[in-house]
Amino acid sequence: MSKFKKKTNVKQEIPTSSMPDVVFMLLFFFMVTTEMRKTSIEVKQEIPKATQLRKLMRKSLVANIYIGEPKKTDLYGREPRIQADDVFIDTKDIIRWVNAQRDNLDETERDQLTVAMKVDIDAKRGIISDVETELRKASARKLLYSTLENNDRKQ
Amino acid sequence: MARTTPDIPNASMADIAFLLLTFFLVTTTIPNNKGLSIGLPPPPEATPPEDIKIQERNMFKIQLNSSDALLVEGVPREDISGLKDEIKTFVLNNGRDPASSDNPEKAIVSFKTDRGTSHKRFIELLDVIQEAYYDLYAEQAGVTNAKFRAAASDLSVPDNKAIYDKGRAGIPLNISIADPTKVGN
Repeated sequence: MSKFKKKTNVKQEIPTSSMPDVVFMLLFFFMVTTEMRKTSIEVKQEIPKATQLRKLMRKSLVANIYIGEPKKTDLYGREPRIQADDVFIDTKDIIRWVNAQRDNLDETERDQLTVAMKVDIDAKRGIISDVETELRKASARKLLYSTLENNDRKQ
Repeated sequence: MARTTPDIPNASMADIAFLLLTFFLVTTTIPNNKGLSIGLPPPPEATPPEDIKIQERNMFKIQLNSSDALLVEGVPREDISGLKDEIKTFVLNNGRDPASSDNPEKAIVSFKTDRGTSHKRFIELLDVIQEAYYDLYAEQAGVTNAKFRAAASDLSVPDNKAIYDKGRAGIPLNISIADPTKVGN
């Protein structure tokens, strides 16, 4: 018997046959919990957090407005802008936009239109309140300020 | 002699899965349809010009200036932790304290900001005010705050409507968000 052990040639390969399974799990997760992007958002959006969240039940009755500093500052400047449906609009265009959104809805549901405003935390109250005034003139009085859930505020 | 059937090499299955995953990561978003819900007042010209006299005692004034500093009933304030309870006491006063509201129907929480106030601060305060009211409604309906809000979001279910009506009985949501002052821009 030799005093030296024969060098055993052992190579352990981690079996990677389950990698497709893991990736498929991730894929199914994303397929189920996400939705296709409808509009590309051109403004900086850091959404504030809050606790008293209400949910919008019917997506079809929601019109979205995005307010914030434009992402492409060299093209559009640093002042916060209002974006609705892919284009920047001014406060004076809001009434027309609301009516266009209303036209897409059923007759009976026109007064249930809710406007969801996704506003950046640094946007000033001035421009937001101008938008609110225009919405009041357009009789779109149901408003939702989109916020994220704040889980760390102490009661 | 039996030959093993040749296997289709499935080393590329992971590649296909990664490709699909990347596609979904890039073209989809996680939807966010939650937030603070408010009802705007009627259009500016439609409001009747006569000034409805509101007594000082029936107004709980919360003000923010362009530097996001807070003034509650005329007193500057740093810490908002007790504010919710103060609002609840104000609404449910029912005439006990002569400096506070007559009854919940007349009690108005007035929230005034400046054009230069940041949206973050505005939401922070609006959250506190709404929390006070939703807590009151939830107590009156005998459910938790979260349950009340969930019920209020979907009134087509009759149970939810019952909770909502029971909670709101006698206490209208009188949060007046005033036109902002023009110090900032």
